[in-house]
Amino acid sequence: MDLKIKAWRQKDATSKGQFEEYQIANITEDSSFLEMLDVLNEQLLAQGTEPIAFDHDCREGICGMCSLYINGRAHGPDTEITTCQLHMRKFKDGDTITIEPWRSGGFPVIKDLMVDRTAYDKILQAGGYVSVNTGGVPDANAIAIGKIESDEAMDAATCIGCGACVATCKNSSAMLFVANKVSQLALLPQGKVEGARRAKAMIATMDELGFGNCTNTGACEIECPKGISISHIARLNREFLCASARD
Amino acid sequence: MTKLDSKIPEGLVAEKWDNYKAHQGLVNPANKRKLDIIVVGTGLAGGAAAASFGELGFKVKVFCYQDSPRRAHSIAAQGGINAAKNYPNDGDSIYRLFYDTVKGGDYRAREANVYRLAQVSNDIIDQCVAQGVPFAREYGGLLANRSFGGAQVSRTFYARGQTGQQLLLGAYGALNRQIHAGTVEMHNRTEMMDVVVVDGKARGIITRNLITGEIKAHFGHAVVLATGGYGNLFFLSTNAMGSNGSAAWKAYKKGAYMANPCYVQIHPTCIPVHGDFQSKLTLMSESLRNDGRIWVPKNIEDSVAIREGRLKPTDLTEEQRDYYLERRYPAFGNLVPRDVASRAAKERCDAGFGVGTGQAVYLDFKSAIERLGEDLIRERYGNLFQMYEKIVDENPYKTPMMIYPAIHYTMGGIWVDYELMTSIPGLYAAGEANFSDHGANRLGASALMQGLADGYFVLPFTIQNYLADEIHTPRMNVDEVKEFIDAKANVIAHIDKLMSIQGSRTVDSIHKELGHIMWDNVGMARNKKGLETAIEKISALRKEFWKEVKVPGTADSLNIELEKANRVADFLELGELMARDALHREESAGGHFREEHQTEEGEAKRDDANFTYVAAWEYKGDDVAPELHKEELKYEAIEVKVRNYK
Repeated sequence: MDLKIKAWRQKDATSKGQFEEYQIANITEDSSFLEMLDVLNEQLLAQGTEPIAFDHDCREGICGMCSLYINGRAHGPDTEITTCQLHMRKFKDGDTITIEPWRSGGFPVIKDLMVDRTAYDKILQAGGYVSVNTGGVPDANAIAIGKIESDEAMDAATCIGCGACVATCKNSSAMLFVANKVSQLALLPQGKVEGARRAKAMIATMDELGFGNCTNTGACEIECPKGISISHIARLNREFLCASARD
Repeated sequence: MTKLDSKIPEGLVAEKWDNYKAHQGLVNPANKRKLDIIVVGTGLAGGAAAASFGELGFKVKVFCYQDSPRRAHSIAAQGGINAAKNYPNDGDSIYRLFYDTVKGGDYRAREANVYRLAQVSNDIIDQCVAQGVPFAREYGGLLANRSFGGAQVSRTFYARGQTGQQLLLGAYGALNRQIHAGTVEMHNRTEMMDVVVVDGKARGIITRNLITGEIKAHFGHAVVLATGGYGNLFFLSTNAMGSNGSAAWKAYKKGAYMANPCYVQIHPTCIPVHGDFQSKLTLMSESLRNDGRIWVPKNIEDSVAIREGRLKPTDLTEEQRDYYLERRYPAFGNLVPRDVASRAAKERCDAGFGVGTGQAVYLDFKSAIERLGEDLIRERYGNLFQMYEKIVDENPYKTPMMIYPAIHYTMGGIWVDYELMTSIPGLYAAGEANFSDHGANRLGASALMQGLADGYFVLPFTIQNYLADEIHTPRMNVDEVKEFIDAKANVIAHIDKLMSIQGSRTVDSIHKELGHIMWDNVGMARNKKGLETAIEKISALRKEFWKEVKVPGTADSLNIELEKANRVADFLELGELMARDALHREESAGGHFREEHQTEEGEAKRDDANFTYVAAWEYKGDDVAPELHKEELKYEAIEVKVRNYK
């Protein structure tokens, strides 16, 4: 298929960016979206133009490195996938495809389609873990954990930290991201011990880093590549309220 | 003859690790604060090691090329992690895990290392559960297990098809806690460009900031490379796009030996190649072989009809299918080790029985769905089935998956002794980056085990044995020490040279060409003529690269083509060493299959009399042949036998 690509080009964090248009021909529908961009980049190199910078790594939907706002949707026109899992069969010959970076104050653009998501690391550094050192822990089967609770913790833990929830939220809220970790650990006895401290520390860091508030629009849940439910946000709110009430 | 000292402790194999720990040097808490450790890579091995060092009180600097330590490619491991817990009461033990791993590696791994790995495997599961890793559980609340290739017990712990992700996020959490505590300093989007050796000891690294292009020197009393494998040398592999062999290669050129570089794992169950623009291959977890059955049509006419679209796989009756693994290996069936399963698939496809493009076989869940129901299969493998459907646009609940072998893992790597120290004092290699535990073939669910064993339970001990003698070494000023200044200047000169060529070929075009040379000649089946051809072709391609490569943009900014060029320049050298190693090893062992050395049934034929050793290669200069050092492998606790899965 032949396509027109409208891609956001921005030299670096401080420069002003703009859309550039490119034509690309003979893309097969079995190609992934990022393979289409690879072909476009080889074409740009041949023309002496710098290729488009975009984040990607595992190309199998788990590392969370790829991003991209495609035709107005985080990770493009399909559900429960990342951009690297999007295939060109979702497009038609002659389509114009608009590609933008994540747009959020919390994720400044580094170059072209790449953004800085270290804010996510900082939120987790504030308390997204169980405070145990290596060694000296009890036998793995010493604590029985209900399968249902454990499975629900796993649902939350599947978050890949890609940032689609923030990018798609009109408030740029990171609540689903924060909720995933808080909820995962709140559901497990290992994590309960410091649950209150964790919820407060992570929320405070999220607020400091310029992410917005949650107004329950549910957009994050729809665009989450792992299909994580906003019910985890409810659990985060409960954890946070209980923790604050105890102060 | 040999310069290698593997430093294996005294005593019976079961006592060695305890003996080592009882007598090793330690560093007291006040001195730990004065010692700096550099860790390159934040996967299971690097992330776990860095977090553990930080907890002990060392000053740690960690580097990764990704935007966050959580992206390291350990995250993509799907199926599980082995441990000798014997929770299912099915006859497992530390000895059996040790035995299976050595046998799975075709008797080419170091016994003492593997035994230690099996010993600490149980601690890993305890550690991960304590961190809140949500492993799969039974309704009674205890942990669930499943089986993997090369084992007759169920010893694999898992978190759906995302075990690597959950273990990595556990290690990442531990790392985050130390970053928050200030013991660990994190440098993301930063690539290691060289190792700095001062007076014969590793003392630091040179890095390039991938956003600003800044070249910087960093000091450490010890340096740990946990930088993964070099499977991407083949261009198409299951590795992440950025995974590379450069850190290992730079260490090699500074005097660390490369061990068994020809041992590459080709994973039997990957989604087949679809076309020339393909950028990577996607793995379908080995765990699928618990319930999936592998077959091709029994009659070649049916294969042809399927390839031409005249017949569907679901049209064939049971009698018309050849479940070739069950036929050839009745004892292990679909759960034979990866090297065996891959070769068997290639054999069928080469004989004309392949489906799809001809380079594919079926992995079928029909009988499992009939036996267990679609819901249970969905619960076990739902995310993998979804992944398959998104890529191939076929529903694997209704029609069998198509799979084919692909490059997945490198058993070879930097030579390390029992302490995981390379042949450069103070330089360590952990995880896939070293060679030590998997011999000539790795069993499924053992990479996660080894990465975390090295990071949580081996390095935190062994590194202290070295650092105990370094407490009087002051931190060096990298702007004043000649070795740092020179190393930095060399890195800048190397980059300038790459930028100045401005030829006519893109990095990817050369990388793809290298990949074809490697896959055709140093892939699943190798022979003398092919390997000699590969050496010649790689050498010619390397010359072409240094004459014709084109890197646009500037060196002092974010430049993805420059990043790729740096990595491919090293692959073009490492590929030749792999071919040389494969050429010299006149036997078949594990993932290394020499067509000249096979049994009448087409099984790998080892030559124990002449090749029961680790081949460790020493760099002697760019235009000089590397020197081979041999570490003899002695088996005291295991009787070396012909590997049999029949």
